[in-house]
Amino acid sequence: MKPKFGVVVFPGSNCDHDAYYALKKILGLDVTFLWHKDTNLQDCDVIVLPGGFSYGDYLRTGAIARFSPIMNSVINFSQKGGHIIGICNGFQILLEAQLLPGVLLKNKSLQFVCKDVYLSVENNETFFTKGLVKSKPLKIPIAHGEGNYFADSDTLKSLVKNNQIVFKYTSSDGKSDNESNPNGSMMNIAGIVNKGGNILGMMPHPERACNPVLGKNDGSLVLGAIVKNFMN
Amino acid sequence: MFKAKVLVKRRPSILDPQGMAVEKGAKHLGFNNIKETRIGKYVEFIVDTEIRSSAEKEVTEYCDKLLINPNLEDYEYTLEEIL
Repeated sequence: MKPKFGVVVFPGSNCDHDAYYALKKILGLDVTFLWHKDTNLQDCDVIVLPGGFSYGDYLRTGAIARFSPIMNSVINFSQKGGHIIGICNGFQILLEAQLLPGVLLKNKSLQFVCKDVYLSVENNETFFTKGLVKSKPLKIPIAHGEGNYFADSDTLKSLVKNNQIVFKYTSSDGKSDNESNPNGSMMNIAGIVNKGGNILGMMPHPERACNPVLGKNDGSLVLGAIVKNFMN
Repeated sequence: MFKAKVLVKRRPSILDPQGMAVEKGAKHLGFNNIKETRIGKYVEFIVDTEIRSSAEKEVTEYCDKLLINPNLEDYEYTLEEIL
């Protein structure tokens, strides 16, 4: 059976409809919005924390959304092995909720960066990435001011050791270097999973690269892989 | 009642791109002696209790749970009784 997706809507989310559209209209899946004040996850199999500026990014990005009533249910769901994907602001919320390690600092350039980037798939054994090809970089856009991944050296070592780094920023031919790093992230990190492998946080927006009419389709490979892996 | 004044500082080990950028501005203005600019936050609020120890407890809980991210920031505070 195909998974049912739930897209959480926080005040200030602005990629919730993009995620809904990509999952429902392009991938043909059962999707529902989940209001941040609700606590019922409506039997969803995969929860999406979408991009945006929840609570105006006040205090710190994701800091207030993390205490929305729905987040208690999301945290419980994750503890039972439920699958969660946080995109951009969703990634920031997952970090604030300590469901993933590290923090996202302001971009090194201090500028909001909105452009297509290339990502290498560093680990294609996770629930979210099994079936993706390691040697073929994905072209997916980013749009953020605070995506500069930072963690202390012990955390970084543990991420590497446990194969938790899933996506890295690269050049179009897969080279991960300073030039291909859009925001100053340590080790060019663009996305990580938790140790249990059921929670993914990523800065790039796969939901914005799902329609060939708009010139990019690699995001649907990521979302499609999730569907396939759920069904297997 | 108490007035709490909380100073949130970025931990010394954490890069501060904003502080660095501001310092570049300082150099352009000719402030050649300015070094190690770090940008933090200041938060003030009232704690509506008469008991200092419970006000302290509430301030630290508020800081630890919401106002700061311990991966990123440290804080210090003062608590002043107001009438």
